[in-house]
Amino acid sequence: MTMAPGIIIDHLTVNYREVQALRNINLSVRPGKLVGIFGPNGAGKSTLVKAMLGLMPVVTGRVTYGNEELSHQLNRVAYVPQRSQIDWTFPATVWDVVMMGRVKKTGWFNRFSATSRQVAQASLERVDMADFRDRPIGALSGGQQQRVFLALALAQEADIFCFDEPFVGVDQKTETVLFRIFRELATAGKTVMVVNHDLGESITNFDQLILLNKELIAAGPREWVLTRDHMTRAYGGQVGFFGHVA
Amino acid sequence: MLDWFFEPLQYAFMQRSLAVAVMVGIICSVVGSYLMVQRLALLGDAISHSVLPGLAIAFLLGVNIFVGAFIAGVLSTVIIGWIHTRSPIKEDAAMGIVFSAFFALGITLITTIQKDNKIDLNHFLFGNILGVTSTEVRDTAMIAALVLVTVALLYKELLFYSFDPLGAQASGLPTGLLNAGLMVLIALTVVASMKVVGVILVLSLLITPGATAYLLVPRLHQVMGLGAAIGVISSVSGMYLSYYINLPSGPAIVLVVSALFALAFLFSPRHGALVGPPRSRPWRQLQRLFRP
Repeated sequence: MTMAPGIIIDHLTVNYREVQALRNINLSVRPGKLVGIFGPNGAGKSTLVKAMLGLMPVVTGRVTYGNEELSHQLNRVAYVPQRSQIDWTFPATVWDVVMMGRVKKTGWFNRFSATSRQVAQASLERVDMADFRDRPIGALSGGQQQRVFLALALAQEADIFCFDEPFVGVDQKTETVLFRIFRELATAGKTVMVVNHDLGESITNFDQLILLNKELIAAGPREWVLTRDHMTRAYGGQVGFFGHVA
Repeated sequence: MLDWFFEPLQYAFMQRSLAVAVMVGIICSVVGSYLMVQRLALLGDAISHSVLPGLAIAFLLGVNIFVGAFIAGVLSTVIIGWIHTRSPIKEDAAMGIVFSAFFALGITLITTIQKDNKIDLNHFLFGNILGVTSTEVRDTAMIAALVLVTVALLYKELLFYSFDPLGAQASGLPTGLLNAGLMVLIALTVVASMKVVGVILVLSLLITPGATAYLLVPRLHQVMGLGAAIGVISSVSGMYLSYYINLPSGPAIVLVVSALFALAFLFSPRHGALVGPPRSRPWRQLQRLFRP
């Protein structure tokens, strides 16, 4: 069996308007692991994901997947932005949103196939939201909205999954569902990247961490990244956790 | 019994104006629904004010004024986008700057040329639906067909893009093209609607029917369908009001659609201010305001 290709980020520098947001990032992300992207507010976590996918312009650097630019293979990517970036009063039902995950696979001018509807239904069942399929999205709780978003990503049948702050404002049940599915995706050999800022107990769910603060502080296995030295360099003196730090 | 309904239809000019009013009522509501959900209502206003100079120049050159108006409308969105991306000026400020400049240029041009020509500024500002020619009926029908077919063909892509532009882009959809296509649809719709309500009141036909439907039904295609019905009912009843009690037809249409919105706002079962969930009723809100 050939190993699935990883993502390689090579000398990536990104500006946000006039300000440098990320400086000279070099790292690789392997499939099959649950990867957390951590760092303080304004560290460039979301920017890293957006720049990788070509959603914002980069100053220098390339991001490849296999032998080709990642931004040329977006049909293999499912990206879930922060829930707060979405207008949840949008006139759509849960089903409408999950079916958006089938748009690219369906292709221009075509109608959704029976297969697409089955995939969407299965995705909803996987996040335990099948009973809500005809509910307007505005009538959902924050956690339910996040699970619908996850189903939208699952319906895309992607190889690379990127989630931006999926745990903000969600209930315990949703957090459990999210981690369970992230783990299933990783075990199935997918590349799973999760932007997060919560340094609490849940950090132990991640296999690999990428620690950022405008530049790469450390990347690798969790135990290796979570050292006092790395955390001080990322967060300065402002961290009071350290329960898991070696 | 339905004489009041059929009487106006014996006149060819009323047949033409009603045909145009119905078509415009439909496409404005459908395209305007996208403006509403993307919070781009002001863009509809900007494009509609910006068509004037193109219209005047086309008239001077002897070209179809629809074509000139369309080019000016699209050009204004390009300039708005350019200012917004290439400077720290925010999008709403860019819209305000561009559309007022285009509008002023348009008024200047039309005022200058209307001295020597048979062209009336008021017809463009406030509409002149009773003066629609059969060529204009044909042009409007072509635009309406083009707009509706495009929306039908791109519906699922435009839905994804409107709901989650970043997610759509990350899935590989050409969101820049989709956005440009949407701008073209809006410009076409505005151009087709000029004759009916005029450029100043077009915004009402773009936004109000969709907003009314949005208070009543939960899915975008339902908002468009019900919005189109509301648009058609408003256009037709506005025309009849104008026929029977001699009101200016553009404003009459706008007043009808606004009244329908007011009804939905007060009495919608899901969101109505008077009948919706108790916590949103006005006296509860007043209570909250005065609670220490």
